[in-house]
Amino acid sequence: MTAGGSDLTVVTAGVTMLADALRDQGVATVDVAWTPPVAGTEDDLTAVMLDPRRVPANARAHAAMTAAAAALVDVRPADEALGLRAGHFLHAGPPITWDRMSGPLRGALIGAVVYEGLADSTDHAEARLGAGDFTFEPAHHHGAVGPMAGVVSGSMWMFELYDETSGNRSWCSLNEGLGKVLRYGAYSPEVIERLRWMRDVLGPALQTTTRASGPIDIVAIIAQMLQMGDEGHNRNRAGTLMLLKEWLPGLVGSGLPTGDICDVAAFVSGNDHFFLNLVMPACKLMTSAASGVPGSTVVTTMARNGTDFGIQVSGLGDEWFTGPAQVADGLYLGNFGPDDANPDIGDSAITETAGVGGFAMATAPAIVRFVGGSVADAIATTRRMYDICVGEHQRWALPIMDFRGTPTGIDVTSVLRTAQLPQINTGMAGRVAGVGQVGAGLVSPPMECFEKAIAALAQAVTR
Amino acid sequence: MTRHVEVRSGTYRDSVGLMQASRDLRALDGVSSALVAMATGLNLDLLASMGFDTPDGLGPNDMIVAIEAADEETVREATTALDDALAAAPVGKKGSTDVPPPTIMAAARRASAQLALVSTPGGVAAIDAADALAAGLDTMVFSDNVSIEHEVRLKEIAADAGLLLMGPDCGTAVVSGVGLGFANVVRPGPVGIVAASGTGAQHLMALLDGADIGVTHCLGVGGRDLSAAVAARSTLAALDRLDADPDISTIVVVSKPPAPEVAELVTAHADRLATTTVLGYLGEGQPDLTATAERVAAAVGQRWVTPRRWGEAVSGPRPGYVRGLFVGGTLCDEAMLVAAAELGPVSSNIPIRGGHRLDETLTSAGHTFIDFGDDQLTVGRPHPMIDPTLRLERLERELADPTCAVVLLDVVLGMGAHPDPASDLAAVISRYDGPVVVSLVGTRDDPQGLEEQAVRLVEAGAVIHASNAAATRHALTFVQKGQTA
Repeated sequence: MTAGGSDLTVVTAGVTMLADALRDQGVATVDVAWTPPVAGTEDDLTAVMLDPRRVPANARAHAAMTAAAAALVDVRPADEALGLRAGHFLHAGPPITWDRMSGPLRGALIGAVVYEGLADSTDHAEARLGAGDFTFEPAHHHGAVGPMAGVVSGSMWMFELYDETSGNRSWCSLNEGLGKVLRYGAYSPEVIERLRWMRDVLGPALQTTTRASGPIDIVAIIAQMLQMGDEGHNRNRAGTLMLLKEWLPGLVGSGLPTGDICDVAAFVSGNDHFFLNLVMPACKLMTSAASGVPGSTVVTTMARNGTDFGIQVSGLGDEWFTGPAQVADGLYLGNFGPDDANPDIGDSAITETAGVGGFAMATAPAIVRFVGGSVADAIATTRRMYDICVGEHQRWALPIMDFRGTPTGIDVTSVLRTAQLPQINTGMAGRVAGVGQVGAGLVSPPMECFEKAIAALAQAVTR
Repeated sequence: MTRHVEVRSGTYRDSVGLMQASRDLRALDGVSSALVAMATGLNLDLLASMGFDTPDGLGPNDMIVAIEAADEETVREATTALDDALAAAPVGKKGSTDVPPPTIMAAARRASAQLALVSTPGGVAAIDAADALAAGLDTMVFSDNVSIEHEVRLKEIAADAGLLLMGPDCGTAVVSGVGLGFANVVRPGPVGIVAASGTGAQHLMALLDGADIGVTHCLGVGGRDLSAAVAARSTLAALDRLDADPDISTIVVVSKPPAPEVAELVTAHADRLATTTVLGYLGEGQPDLTATAERVAAAVGQRWVTPRRWGEAVSGPRPGYVRGLFVGGTLCDEAMLVAAAELGPVSSNIPIRGGHRLDETLTSAGHTFIDFGDDQLTVGRPHPMIDPTLRLERLERELADPTCAVVLLDVVLGMGAHPDPASDLAAVISRYDGPVVVSLVGTRDDPQGLEEQAVRLVEAGAVIHASNAAATRHALTFVQKGQTA
């Protein structure tokens, strides 16, 4: 045997009296705060926990997730990058039909139809959308992600990221800023006007700049921002500045009109969330690399369309497991209140899926009040997320956690065994189409997603 | 009378802790009945049988508190006392950065551990055991009611990972001198035990202690390990562990009757070990545990000391039958093997081959042996080694029964067992004249005090043996030959 009596440390789960008896003998114990699994999942959990593929498959998925690279290599219009035809739109979250869509997603589609010149008024756009004149599908189905409504149309410009480890590419739209913006479901003339400027000035300028700068290592910038108070979902201030720093020589030397250079620099530096749209596709590359490992119970997507919350799991490929999206708990802008908020929306929970955002809450003390708590709560939250993840990200160290890596690779079995749901930091969109952002806060997926996933995982256990 | 039922959602405590809490409430003045339990189907039925209304829509994460008391004031006092008792184990205080580990994997990441002890409810214990193995820990599964299919899967996973799975339904283990579950306090020594039987292992440890032979490890493997389905997976792993340990010079395997082909497998494996191995399978025509202990003494080169007896070696055949009332399953098995060789078939709730099975009422039928530790008798109540109530009631009935010639009892000492089992038994025994023979399983260093326990029983009029086989043979001297069940 390996350990002598006095050196023995025993993990105990269950009857307290047995642990007491060990301590009475001077043996060190670590006692599990055990609770029963989510009711109804016991048999499926047992089948999956006893699947000999699970442990090595999760190790493989975790290794793939943390080995993924993510370099910004280009900025291109969506029609060119993704082959989006006129009348073909991408949106956030799992698939959904027009009749079940929430206000903000409808609003964003209305805005995009008007912006693309496919309708001469918002009423006309709404009528055409309702009549089924257009195609829309999840951005995730094209390797792309979008914050909030996540609506993308052909002439919108996209960041293109490349993972040299897997050869995968991912895409994300350019961030419009805060307030009345398309991604929060707003479609007023100022929104459309800004989108046109982004199409005509910002997109081409960033293409020229990025091509001049050469590939920019986004994984490395995320590593630095996590040590500068950003968690990569609701705070991207340091990341945005570091990106601008990378771009500046290329931008200044681009030969573009000085006015455009000034406008681009002002737009990027004036929007603290600009870098979110690079964190997201970087995380998408990580989770894509981890996808499709047979027997793995690691979550590879969490995404919401404003009606449904959907997850995907590595061992089950592209299948969605959905439940009703929840309303976030948080702080509201101005006179908005809980009645004004739409249920959770956006692909940005890809950041938590890859282990940042709410999972890295401990590193972002500046925003703990905005997302509903104290610094101690933030540290405890990150600790809880370690307990539902299969591992850590070695390159993304958190100083306040003694440089432990971020918690990475949510395990469906751990969520159901502990009833500890992933914590997501999020913005809140107004319930009514056209309103825009109403607040920000914390949200979790519905347990139903994980209950459905474990049933499918148990089905997939072969013996 | 006032009845009070409340539900505390999302508050989980283990069943043993809640049984203690229920007992403490019932002990309060003015409280006539009380139940504090998680809302499992079993406990909801129990609540209804106690005459309480059962709330709807509850699950195993909801705690029910039901109190019947003289008045409202008493109910308030009782719930306050319960609040205090439950608050003694806080989980995750607000404003703290501490997060208690919710799983074994999470606990293993917080400290460098070598071993996991799983005693979660049997229906989900395989989940926790798999988690412990995934965390790279040798694992003891104390829980029972794990299916044999899941046991085989767990043992395959353990073998692939080079880990030892002790159990499921492993009640006793000693690892490097540390007792886990129901274990006796042993002195270190050259012997390593592999045990597919909890009380069998305890008896062997006690017998060796009586001969001043130390035991460093006792690795329980679960009562089904030597079945055809499980095929000795943990026994073979445990043998290899002990063989590799330089402190162990003699290994002994103790088991209830194994499947013949599995016994051959273990024998062949033992032959390949560098360490001397004594195989102590119980069964018809096989050596009893005392004979096995004597063989171990020979193997370690130590003088064998005949196990002790306390009290007079009185005897004298009487009309009637032997009634064996046991808390240890293997001790019951061994007694039946010894008795059946002399008396012919005997009756039991856990019959040996050729024996009669008692009906559900467990009414005595001729020579009768009852294992009060059998799963069917421990549903919803603690093991009889902790809670003696059922056996005490039965002891009283048998002593009053004119067809009972002699009562045979086992008393098991050690960690986890009742702090003073002899006193309750002595109180009953002293009220009757019929002969009582006790097999006392304990070591010199057990917390109850071996000598004190023996003396208390002798004073009540019982005869005490440190050997279960000797106790059984002694009991048989009170039975007139030629009587059959």
